[in-house]
Amino acid sequence: MEHVELASRTTAPHHQFDDLLQQRRAYEMGMWIFLVTELLLFGGLFLGYAVYRNLHTAAFQAGSRELNLLAGAINTAVLLVSSLTMALALHALQLARRRAAARLLALTALLGALFLAIKAWEYTSHVLHHKFPGALFQSSGPHPGPLELFYSFYFAMTGLHAAHMLVGLVVCAIMIGLLRRGRFTPESHAPLEMTGLYWHFVDIVWIFLFPLLYLMGYPQ
Amino acid sequence: MSPPRPELNYLNNGRSLWSWLTTTDHKRIALLYLFSITFFFALGGLFAAGIRLELFTPEADLFTSDTYNRLFTMHGIIMVWFFLIPSIPTVFGNFLIPMMIGARDLAFPRLNLASWYVFMLGGLFTVIVMFIGGVDTGWTFYTPYSSTYSNSYVILAAAGVFVVGFSSIFTGLNFIVSVHTLRAPGMHWFRLPLFVWSNYATSIIMVLATPVLAIVLVLIALERAFGMPIFNPYKGGDPLLFQHLFWFYSHPAVYIMILPGMGVVSELVACFAHRRIYGYVFVAWASLGIALLGFFVWGHHMFVSGQSMYAGFVFSFLSFMVAVPSAIKVFNWTATLHRGSITFHAPMLYALGFIGLFTVGGMTGLMLAAIAIDVHVHDTYFIIAHFHYIMVGGMVMAYMGALHFWWPKMSGRLYPEWPAILAALIIFIGFNLTFFPQFILGYNGMPRRYHVYPEEFQLLNVMSTAGASILGVGYVLPLFYLIWSFFKGKPAGPNPWDARGLEWEFADSPPIPNNFPATPLVTFAAYAYDRPDIRLLTGEQGQRFAIDAGPCAGETL
Amino acid sequence: MTSSLFQYLPRLLAQSRGPALIPIEASNIAPRTDLLFAAMLLICGGVTLAIAILIIFFSVRYRAGSAARRDRSPSTGYRLEIIWTLAPLGLFLLIFMWAAGIFFQLHRRPAAAPLEINVMAKQWMWKFQHPGGQREIDELHLPVGRVVRLTMTSQDVIHSFFVPAFRVKQDVLPDRFTTMTFAPTRPGMYYLFCAEYCGTDHSRMRGVVYVQQPREYELWLAARGAELDVALAGAAAFRRLGCSACHFADSGLQAPSLVGLWGRAVKLHDGAVVQADAQYLRDSILLPNKHRVAGYDPIMPSFQGVVTDDELFALVEYIKSLAAPAPAQGLQP
Repeated sequence: MEHVELASRTTAPHHQFDDLLQQRRAYEMGMWIFLVTELLLFGGLFLGYAVYRNLHTAAFQAGSRELNLLAGAINTAVLLVSSLTMALALHALQLARRRAAARLLALTALLGALFLAIKAWEYTSHVLHHKFPGALFQSSGPHPGPLELFYSFYFAMTGLHAAHMLVGLVVCAIMIGLLRRGRFTPESHAPLEMTGLYWHFVDIVWIFLFPLLYLMGYPQ
Repeated sequence: MSPPRPELNYLNNGRSLWSWLTTTDHKRIALLYLFSITFFFALGGLFAAGIRLELFTPEADLFTSDTYNRLFTMHGIIMVWFFLIPSIPTVFGNFLIPMMIGARDLAFPRLNLASWYVFMLGGLFTVIVMFIGGVDTGWTFYTPYSSTYSNSYVILAAAGVFVVGFSSIFTGLNFIVSVHTLRAPGMHWFRLPLFVWSNYATSIIMVLATPVLAIVLVLIALERAFGMPIFNPYKGGDPLLFQHLFWFYSHPAVYIMILPGMGVVSELVACFAHRRIYGYVFVAWASLGIALLGFFVWGHHMFVSGQSMYAGFVFSFLSFMVAVPSAIKVFNWTATLHRGSITFHAPMLYALGFIGLFTVGGMTGLMLAAIAIDVHVHDTYFIIAHFHYIMVGGMVMAYMGALHFWWPKMSGRLYPEWPAILAALIIFIGFNLTFFPQFILGYNGMPRRYHVYPEEFQLLNVMSTAGASILGVGYVLPLFYLIWSFFKGKPAGPNPWDARGLEWEFADSPPIPNNFPATPLVTFAAYAYDRPDIRLLTGEQGQRFAIDAGPCAGETL
Repeated sequence: MTSSLFQYLPRLLAQSRGPALIPIEASNIAPRTDLLFAAMLLICGGVTLAIAILIIFFSVRYRAGSAARRDRSPSTGYRLEIIWTLAPLGLFLLIFMWAAGIFFQLHRRPAAAPLEINVMAKQWMWKFQHPGGQREIDELHLPVGRVVRLTMTSQDVIHSFFVPAFRVKQDVLPDRFTTMTFAPTRPGMYYLFCAEYCGTDHSRMRGVVYVQQPREYELWLAARGAELDVALAGAAAFRRLGCSACHFADSGLQAPSLVGLWGRAVKLHDGAVVQADAQYLRDSILLPNKHRVAGYDPIMPSFQGVVTDDELFALVEYIKSLAAPAPAQGLQP
């Protein structure tokens, strides 16, 4: 077990705060409010999806079945594990195991990158099969219009999610850098906690996306 | 107490442009916003001038149809998102909320600065759109016109609005966290000035509603850029889904555009009637009530849209309900004047003007909630008159009142009173002449977004245009005397109005960078005008000093 | 009564090419709307005036330095607050119900068979079709005193059918029917405006509604000639598009019978029951699986993109004409 070099200077709160506790409370509240805004951002898409799924049940179910269930399931597992490694990273830092924390954070980022790679593969396959909505869309099924609508929402929802994942990756990388430079201590590592919250949120969004998009076509 | 103007204050604490552009001082950021929104107000006003000039005659004399359609669209987009929504929160909220709660700054000063840059970025997109040809969908972006048929720069305009929405979200987030976590000792919730309550309620709306606007703009952009069907009925989509998502944000947005004004009016009426606001608790809860109920009435913009008749009934009923808290506020302000000691400086004129004009606007809002009347006047000039009475007769008057009231605090100097009173009167007269005829035009059937109209509508349109030119003069006047007073006005001293409130009783004019010499300890409620026995005590510890109300501390009404 | 008050007093303005204070009332809805509006004007105006008077009164009496009594009023008590919260609430409830009743008249199914007019909006014109097939562009002739139902659709963006004199308005949507029911009550010429922004020439998307005595309307119809029997055109489309292949008794394929379908309740496969109105028929042709009838397989193809809006109107008229079967006459529909 390695020792960590504690920051020699005492961390003082920013000038607008009276003490560290107040600062921490403020950052936490701020992060949760931000997550609520993200919830509403995705919420609009979920609402649109729900409305159209209700209007065009058969087409949307057919669309669901056309998605690659295996890829989606693997991605779900990947994200769940990445949330675990993220939590473990924070835990390691709380135990003053800085190197372990950095490695776990790197693993989290790697898993996130794997998720995006699989997603990119799925997208490419959709495009090659003429399933990207727009001028190039083709379908021989009975409901080409609503099916294309399904794909619009599929791409919009997973695309927005992927964009959030990408941001999460970048933030992870930055956090790894800061961690290795000794910017965080077991007592004071609020940015890392915020990152963890964000990562878990993005994971939870996927937990909803996966069944709604991939599983709603079953049982037939 | 302190000298009329402190040696080191937030204005001269670093004089370079760089120190302003990289500031995290909430007071400086407020001034940055003041500068920006004045620019956008002028821009939006120019578009309004174009509209009113064209409407002087029944034919398309000045502009082609396409140009006119871009004029009213840009006017709406700029006024709504780049002037009204930011106005009071970003200028006066930023400047005053930390002081009113007894803090040194907001919770997230760097986020605050970021919100200004994000605002400017959104503004840049919009100005670019203006220069390269404009957008002609109306500020409401209805599909399928915006997503499929329009030949204008819809995506770039939507991007500008998308970006500026985040500025809103950051500001709202900052205010909420600050009010929750940074209140000074003794500053309980029900001791807060009503300005804080109003901006807090506004911030809740900003944070919850704006993301829905963001996503619906993304959807339009996707449909337009890639041809991805989202609202396209021929592919199974529904144009009404756009309207529901859009108005789910845009109705709460109109409460963003009035609640801060109501907060300002509470401050002005209390100060210039020299009396605590009657029914403080009711007014505070009414702010939250408006914010909450405002989320449930969006369908009243869609009574004739093709939504179900029963949905119409529900939205009509709820729209009547949301009028109640606003009515409560008007009654309470009026009751505050009873047994007050009233002076009529310019801010008070603006406040009284607000109460009158907002009431007219609100009453016509009741008429619109009555579904059968709305069927007749929807999408006519009646609606335009209604929302201008509230937004211009209400919010902009409150903004002008706030500008004059806190000018001495922000600049350390007094503005000249007589030009200010003159400007207020010109604005009041010009405003009514511009917009009252539009009620009649609307009930007679003149649709909105028309620039070619039947001849019999011309008389009222001419009246309206005449009023608009007077109104323009009224708005330009303050630009001159306020800027003059910034450099040449008489020093104001900390509290020229003999007002109550931490920003008046505890901070200098202009305030020092950290607002107060020490953290205040608050022991009584806001608007303690009925307590002449307030004294300043130096604290025992030397680090704090208290404002002690004597034996009657803690009363909240 | 109120209408005459509003209309005769301000006619002075009309002489200087200004409008009256309100437009003429020319439909059965109009007087109801105007009465509600007048009542609200009175109440709202009254309250506004009362507040204004109070403010002015207080401003004068309690101006700084005046001799009025200013001792601290007794503690608020919630009574006043409760009164001025509940009183408006009660008033609003009444107004809501009044207004809702008028709206209900505009949108409920008419008791007797109305005059059915089909409306097609496109950038930037209005097209009308009478039951006898007579077509008009930007003009609509209607008989006075008869209930009219407009069935409307758009060929491109959202428009809105607005006749100020009738006090009626309804948005017109693409790929969907919207309807509105009213009765013109006064002969004359009235403005028709498009009231939903629809692009470049939105301001010019106007028309005129001519309300005539029933006799004159019949004469006008006859003069235009039955340009085509819409139901017959529908029958032709029915055959040409191949609908008859499945929807006839002896075709051997499983498809619901259309005879006597119009206006009937239909049981769907998911248990819901819908009414066979114009929108239902339109949906069934364009999105056949949206309302799959109970007991039938989802094998009907979609005619989206194959059938035009004109043909859709005609098909609806044709199906309406398929009354309950007469005794066998050898002539299958």
